[in-house]
Amino acid sequence: MKDTITLSVFRGDHTGGEERSYDVPVTEGMVVLDAVHYIQQHLAPDLAVRWNCKAARCGSCSAEINGRPRLMCKTRLDVLGEGVIHVRPMKSFPVIRDLVTDVSWNYRVARQIPGFTPAHPAPFVMHQVDVERSQEFRKCIECFLCQNVCHVLRDHDLKSRYVGPRFMIKIAELEMHPMDTVDRIDFTQKDAGVGYCNVTKCCQEVCPEHIHITDNAIIPMKERVADEKYDPVRMLVRAIRGR
Amino acid sequence: MAQAVTPQASSPARPREVPWWAQPLATVVALGVFSLYALWEALTHTSGRYHNYLSPFFSPDVHSWGVRVLPALWVLWVPLLFRATCYYYRKAYYRSFFWDPPACAMPDAKPNYRGETRFPLVINNLHRYFLLLSFVVLAFLWKDAVDAFFFRSGFGVGLGSIIMLVNVVLLTVYSLSCHALRHLVGGRLNCFSCSRGAMVRYSLWKRITEWNERHAMWAWMSLFSVWITDLYIRLLISGAIHDPRFIR
Ligand code: SF4
Ligand code: SF4
Ligand code: FES
Ligand code: FES
Repeated sequence: MKDTITLSVFRGDHTGGEERSYDVPVTEGMVVLDAVHYIQQHLAPDLAVRWNCKAARCGSCSAEINGRPRLMCKTRLDVLGEGVIHVRPMKSFPVIRDLVTDVSWNYRVARQIPGFTPAHPAPFVMHQVDVERSQEFRKCIECFLCQNVCHVLRDHDLKSRYVGPRFMIKIAELEMHPMDTVDRIDFTQKDAGVGYCNVTKCCQEVCPEHIHITDNAIIPMKERVADEKYDPVRMLVRAIRGR
Repeated sequence: MAQAVTPQASSPARPREVPWWAQPLATVVALGVFSLYALWEALTHTSGRYHNYLSPFFSPDVHSWGVRVLPALWVLWVPLLFRATCYYYRKAYYRSFFWDPPACAMPDAKPNYRGETRFPLVINNLHRYFLLLSFVVLAFLWKDAVDAFFFRSGFGVGLGSIIMLVNVVLLTVYSLSCHALRHLVGGRLNCFSCSRGAMVRYSLWKRITEWNERHAMWAWMSLFSVWITDLYIRLLISGAIHDPRFIR
């Protein structure tokens, strides 16, 4: 590893901007967020960056490092090679300033999902076999890297039609809960827009919590929607039974 | 000190050992060459039988049932639709052929995107039916694999017998690792602990989940095994090679 490394960091806001390069002295085990902090402390005190835990737990420091969505606090400089490191804000959300984006759309989506409605009030006796699917989904740290990389939101800006992978795991978690009583299948198809996902798995590739978003949440939800909305035999059986 | 540089190009350099286009290119080449081979095989031959060996392209043996016109086409529509609607192959062709997207964080090729919400791609939601049909074909392929060990002189093991057995095993694992099957056996349940039957389904679901983690690998291995099995039998029929017999 070299003694200094050059970071090319986006400076600007939603109206535009440009990358500026900064030389940063390298120390053992340094991560991109350390380098950005060095810039903030020594070279550009007005550089805006959102962070909190520096331990890949809070999900605040999401950015695009050399074009790849990653957590800045979890990306070591030594895995990025010796060239210039480009650091840009997440592409799918409006830039507030520099590396800080406005992710509030996600919170609005979260409020639209019909909430947990148990058959009777807690506490419940829960068996491990029934909770292990949702335990995986609850590892989510809401970094929104999956939302950022999803081409439905990133390239086509179909935010009004598709809730994105982070909220598909939320819906799956609620739907697979044995105590929940709400049917979200119609919501999943029409409002959440599960049909917009084409299972290309980029969300799963970038998730820092290694949640199998596509395999364990989206595909199972597509299959549940197929049961009710596309499977002709099941539809016929339901029609005969009058449900 | 800080200095202005030109804005980053749209496809920045990535910290990867392999360039982004390597995977789509490999997929296009593999699926493209296989499709051309399959077309040649199906359109220019009327039978895939060599004594007790039957090519998977011609099984079930509709030729012996009296179908004389392009018998392979009567067979191949099932595996074709099964694979075309498979969740793994969907990922593969959306990325590699449609470029929707070609690689993660790379721009999509086309501006108008509707995903799987419209015809024809909405048909992918019927994958479960093509899975069931493929189990019918699989039953014939198991029968063929058993027949491949019974020569005119009785039981024996030839290289072809082994190839046909490996092929049907790989096809079986590929089918049993299917996402739709995973859903049917247990994924659709919310409560596994609620009954004894649900716990049995949970065990099955767990097992399929393990196989499903390697679904892409089984998809490719079984595609290549079908290809190798057919090519081997085609070469036997043409007389270009002889079948080594290990046990007579
Ligand atoms: S798999 Fe679906 S949700 Fe995930 S990135 Fe791809 S299109 Fe988006
Ligand atoms: S699912 Fe993974 S990538 Fe998406 S918000 Fe949660 S932790 Fe981040
Ligand atoms: S600072 Fe908390 S995840 Fe990076
Ligand atoms: S998902 Fe691939 S065979 Fe069903």
